Amino acid sequence: MTKEEIMRPENLVYKKPTLLNDTPMHYCPGCSHGVVHKLVAEIIEEMGMEEKTVAISPVGCAVFAYNYIDVDWIEAAHGRAPAVASAVKRLWPDRLVFTYQGDGDLACIGTAESIHALNRGEHIAIIFINNAIYGMTGGQMAPTTLMGMKTSTCPYGRVADLHGYPLNFTEIAATLEGTCYVTRQSVHTVAAIRKAKKAIRKAFENSMQGKGASLVEIVSTCNAGWKLSPEKANQWMEENMFKFYPLGDLKDTTAESPTH
Amino acid sequence: MKGNEAIAHAAIRCGCDGYFGYPITPQSEVLETLALEKPWETTGMVVLQAESELASINMVYAGGASGKRCMTSSSSPGVALMQEGIAYMAGAEIPGLIVNVQRGGPGLGTIQPSQSDYFQATRGGGNGDYNVIVLAPASVQEMADFVDLAFQLAFKYRNPVMILSDGIIGQMMEKLVLPPFKPRRTEAQIQKECPWATNGRKKERKPNILTSLELDCTKMEQRNLHLQSKYMEIKEKEVRFETEMCEDAEYLIVAFGSAARIGMKVIEMCREEGIKAGLLRPITLWPFPTKEVARLAKQVKGILSFEINAGQMVEDILLATHGQTPVTHYGRMGGVVPTPDEVIRALKEKLFKQIP
Repeated sequence: MTKEEIMRPENLVYKKPTLLNDTPMHYCPGCSHGVVHKLVAEIIEEMGMEEKTVAISPVGCAVFAYNYIDVDWIEAAHGRAPAVASAVKRLWPDRLVFTYQGDGDLACIGTAESIHALNRGEHIAIIFINNAIYGMTGGQMAPTTLMGMKTSTCPYGRVADLHGYPLNFTEIAATLEGTCYVTRQSVHTVAAIRKAKKAIRKAFENSMQGKGASLVEIVSTCNAGWKLSPEKANQWMEENMFKFYPLGDLKDTTAESPTH
Repeated sequence: MKGNEAIAHAAIRCGCDGYFGYPITPQSEVLETLALEKPWETTGMVVLQAESELASINMVYAGGASGKRCMTSSSSPGVALMQEGIAYMAGAEIPGLIVNVQRGGPGLGTIQPSQSDYFQATRGGGNGDYNVIVLAPASVQEMADFVDLAFQLAFKYRNPVMILSDGIIGQMMEKLVLPPFKPRRTEAQIQKECPWATNGRKKERKPNILTSLELDCTKMEQRNLHLQSKYMEIKEKEVRFETEMCEDAEYLIVAFGSAARIGMKVIEMCREEGIKAGLLRPITLWPFPTKEVARLAKQVKGILSFEINAGQMVEDILLATHGQTPVTHYGRMGGVVPTPDEVIRALKEKLFKQIP
């Protein structure tokens, strides 16, 4: 195949989603956010929901998510995204409504809003980026920081006496009556990215079919916060994070959930 | 009906799209009335009991952001919790209505009525340079009438509006004429009236992003300058007040909300005694009727600010009068409601002594 042939539109095998604009991302090289943003943009396009999506951005590294994906966005106060999403979805039931939140936003300051939105069975999707650290503010301890893990506010490692235990929020979410789909994914390999895409798509479809609340946790790397190279961060995640946060579906009742 | 019930009925009738609230005395009848009325089956209005006041105000933030007429109601400690969300609404210029049926504070305080959230309402309990339009109803009728007015002002200026009521007006039963029924706006009407709203990006426009965040300080200053010019316009155009027997008044009583009801009795009793007293009732607490206070200050011998608190509005009166007229304050705290006799005694003992 010549270069010209390769460049023909019919031979295109990959392209940047149209919704993902050209604004340079502020994420650190090696961070998982960029990949998840691309998946979200692709899925909205594939579902044909460009004109009917209201996305809710958090406070944390993804605070500027609204700069990169060309849909309507509401920036929520720290932790309040699930409350914001609940109201938008109830007021605009035919819209695709999702939140995009980090571990500090979702599982610490916003625990109440997260639990209650999920438990009310709001027809929303929550994308939960869990990198076990506060990235935006410079690497402080998160609710999901693993035991022994070092951060700038537990510089000698997380110990139970001082800091308590890591919170496995997704496991809690799976026990709630209002959730129809709770899953844990990652984006560190091509195979994982494909699975994560399927999971997010399913969560978005649940929102549109009114099946209840969906939570997609993406176990992610923060190589800058973890002070590792992107490659080493992936390895560290596989060896440490996956033990405490194992990948796979925790709950899926979508087959039997009534559609609203 | 009760003032709190009037709020609920008025909301359904004026095309409100969503109510989000959390129970707290003395205003729980608002949510209870809505739950009984089931407007989701008639007008399509959403009613949701949220998990906290924090969630409620952020639901109002969200609804307003998407172009819908949304409201919450609470009482003092609950409204204190909402201040973060109110500041975000002001910063992102999101319209919405907050009803505060005040009770005594500080802290958990009491469930009895008070007007001690005047500062919180007019100065802003959240962070940053912002103002909330504050309406103070003095009757059950006004509780009902101010709901639609509040929504109109909120959307006209893209700003949060507060109805600052109290446990007296909220719990008091009076006859009223309910406002005429007005349908909720259609999607097409919302798109036309709120081109800034985040409810799905149409192909022909850029994405709408509602946020109060701006990392570039020069851009943040521009945003603030825009807000300040908007607040100036509101100060010029939206001041509302009522005067009673002020034409020949020698003494002026300034009182809002339930205190103004007591104030009416006070000026009647004063007139019977031969004391020429008049009443100024600010209806908008922000913007405050500064010019009217300044005008009357030139005419009267002294001004008594009568509030059911330790003296908060009196500061706005002092700012309006620039020390050129004797001004004093009388009030009770902790949920105690003053009698007209007490106010007249205060007029004589506190104000008359200040007059040369």
